[in-house]
Amino acid sequence: MPALIDLLLEGRRVAAHGGWPRVRVEPAIWRFAAEQLGTGHWTLLGLWGEAGERLAVHLALLDETQPGAAVVSLDCPDGRFPSVGQYHAPALRLERALHELTGLEPEGLPDRRPWLDHGRWDRRFPLGAPGPAREEAPYAFLQAEGEQLHQIAVGPVHAGIIEPGQFRFTAAGETVVRLEERLGYVHRGVESLMAGTDLARAAQLAGRVSGDSTVACALAFAQAAEAALGLEVPPRARRLRVLMAELERLANHLGDIGAVCNDAAFALLHSHCGVLRERVLRAADGAFGHRLLRDRIVPGGVAADLGADGRAALAALVAEVRRRFPRLVTLFDETPSLRDRTVGTGIVAPALARRFGAGGFVGRASGRGFDARRLPGQTLYEGLAFEVPVLETGDVDARVWIRIREVEQSLALIEQILAALPDGPLAARIEPAGEAREGVSLVEGFRGDLLAWLRLDAEGRVVRCHLRDPSWFQWPLLEAAIEGNIVADFPLCNKSFNCSYAGHDL
Amino acid sequence: MRKLLFESLIRLPLTEPPPAPEQRELDALAAALGERARRRLGRSLAIREVDAGSCNGCELEIHALNNAFYDLERYGLRFVASPRHADVLLVTGPVTKNMREALERTWQATPDPKWLVAAGDCAVDGGCFAGSYAVEGGVAAVLPVDLTIPGCPPRPVEILRGLLALVAPLPAREATRGATS
Ligand code: SF4
Repeated sequence: MPALIDLLLEGRRVAAHGGWPRVRVEPAIWRFAAEQLGTGHWTLLGLWGEAGERLAVHLALLDETQPGAAVVSLDCPDGRFPSVGQYHAPALRLERALHELTGLEPEGLPDRRPWLDHGRWDRRFPLGAPGPAREEAPYAFLQAEGEQLHQIAVGPVHAGIIEPGQFRFTAAGETVVRLEERLGYVHRGVESLMAGTDLARAAQLAGRVSGDSTVACALAFAQAAEAALGLEVPPRARRLRVLMAELERLANHLGDIGAVCNDAAFALLHSHCGVLRERVLRAADGAFGHRLLRDRIVPGGVAADLGADGRAALAALVAEVRRRFPRLVTLFDETPSLRDRTVGTGIVAPALARRFGAGGFVGRASGRGFDARRLPGQTLYEGLAFEVPVLETGDVDARVWIRIREVEQSLALIEQILAALPDGPLAARIEPAGEAREGVSLVEGFRGDLLAWLRLDAEGRVVRCHLRDPSWFQWPLLEAAIEGNIVADFPLCNKSFNCSYAGHDL
Repeated sequence: MRKLLFESLIRLPLTEPPPAPEQRELDALAAALGERARRRLGRSLAIREVDAGSCNGCELEIHALNNAFYDLERYGLRFVASPRHADVLLVTGPVTKNMREALERTWQATPDPKWLVAAGDCAVDGGCFAGSYAVEGGVAAVLPVDLTIPGCPPRPVEILRGLLALVAPLPAREATRGATS
């Protein structure tokens, strides 16, 4: 099995690219890489295109056996490139979106249906040479044939306080035979808005890609920019970044654990987890001035310091969660009526999680232990001890337990940081490089690894930025997880995934 | 053991420290809203939330209204599952082009009398997504907005305060509604 390193030797290394190597390859090598992905070598981290001054497609790859990552690029002056999706299913939706945004043509792409472009925009190919708007046409959901099958259409507006998206169920009686998702409803055109702006504005947009991951998104963007510019983030800022990232993980996991229980009609745990989550948000607000920590991470460092009061608030928070949380865990563990709903429900097979490179609790509940915080070259967590929990059963229950264990790990990380917070400046000064620069980064958000890639011009303005949310590789697994389960368990499964619509739709 | 556990769990909200200013403000809101809502809406306001392209940050804070600290329902405010049961549509996001029709249809499905609240900077005027090919640039570009609640996202207490403001200036509101619907 070829190592990623060997593939890199086949291409021409791009000099001004920070983070991991980027190489430009010939079409044959591109195709080879796609085939290798299809046979289970390497993991797909991202696939995006650019159709501005140059026409090119980029493939971000992860080697999990000899850990490392790289970007492989193909120039496509005629606007065409060999489809990766034809070999590797996880690339399908990425490629459909890539085509709609840039106009670049994935040759051999088996699924030509529109994805983000619902025919409502005023133009086509917003990131490329804009053409007239696409004709609106009914979406062709995949067919499921068989006797006595019926369809249930749900969305885009759902019954709760949830993001919009469409779900098409085909069911035989109570049992789901097929679920198909249709997304793109919250596409805001983030990548187009970023093009041509300065770092500050682009960072602000990055922090608004997915509100629940505002810290992770802003961190991924900032790290990509810093990699491009060769910036060293000061030690205090690095620690504060970890602190914010773990607070975000803590708040979201607490919210999710409660919400999953709520969807299993166990409201008591929902209430108590809701109280703990609110305490995290209030402590974050007290410490850094924003409940969700929005705009607190900026390229170069952080935009808010931690004072003595904030430190005390966070220490009190950790003590409070440590006091309350174990009882809630025991209650979850010892309530058979609740576990009856979560155990064995919505199973994701480990092979599927591996193939899709599913991150976060979705991957880790199905045996895939990858964690971007541990990626070689990722130094943000250097000197901090934490464990990455992994389970094999892949059901709703396992996804809850992963979150429970991660809550404990986040608490431990916060304690470690509070115990030894270095002094010093909060941000490095940003100077334009005087030449075009590129950078890439991978950040472990609460729901998994988040990729950011960008190119800056000589003045430090963003030419092209791509952000890939972990949900891209989790949404398709939800379709697989619900198969054979009853329709009534869908909310439970969906909540245990808690994929981001906004992060995916961009 | 289990019984004890339940007891202590149930007692948790009671063992809260004395109310902070924010808490007193909430109580004040509860009293004021209770009276006005009783006058106008039989003490209850049914809210249907619609995400029209939000980053989901606004949703997180709207969700928080249901937690034990804010306990929205004690004000007679509650979230409902269908627009057909709603008095108020609480809309977030810059209204993406892909969500416009769904939002309009949700509004049409809401029976009169109805009010529309735009929550969050995005819903107010498109926020940081204004100018994109993919958004309308705020709820008012699509539907008549009765009230805006700025913030990115607005804090739960600000959303509450906003909902209170909604039921306050009654005679004036009636006049405008008559003209627009
Ligand atoms: S106002 Fe802010 S939090 Fe709300 S949807 Fe817009 S960007 Fe997200």
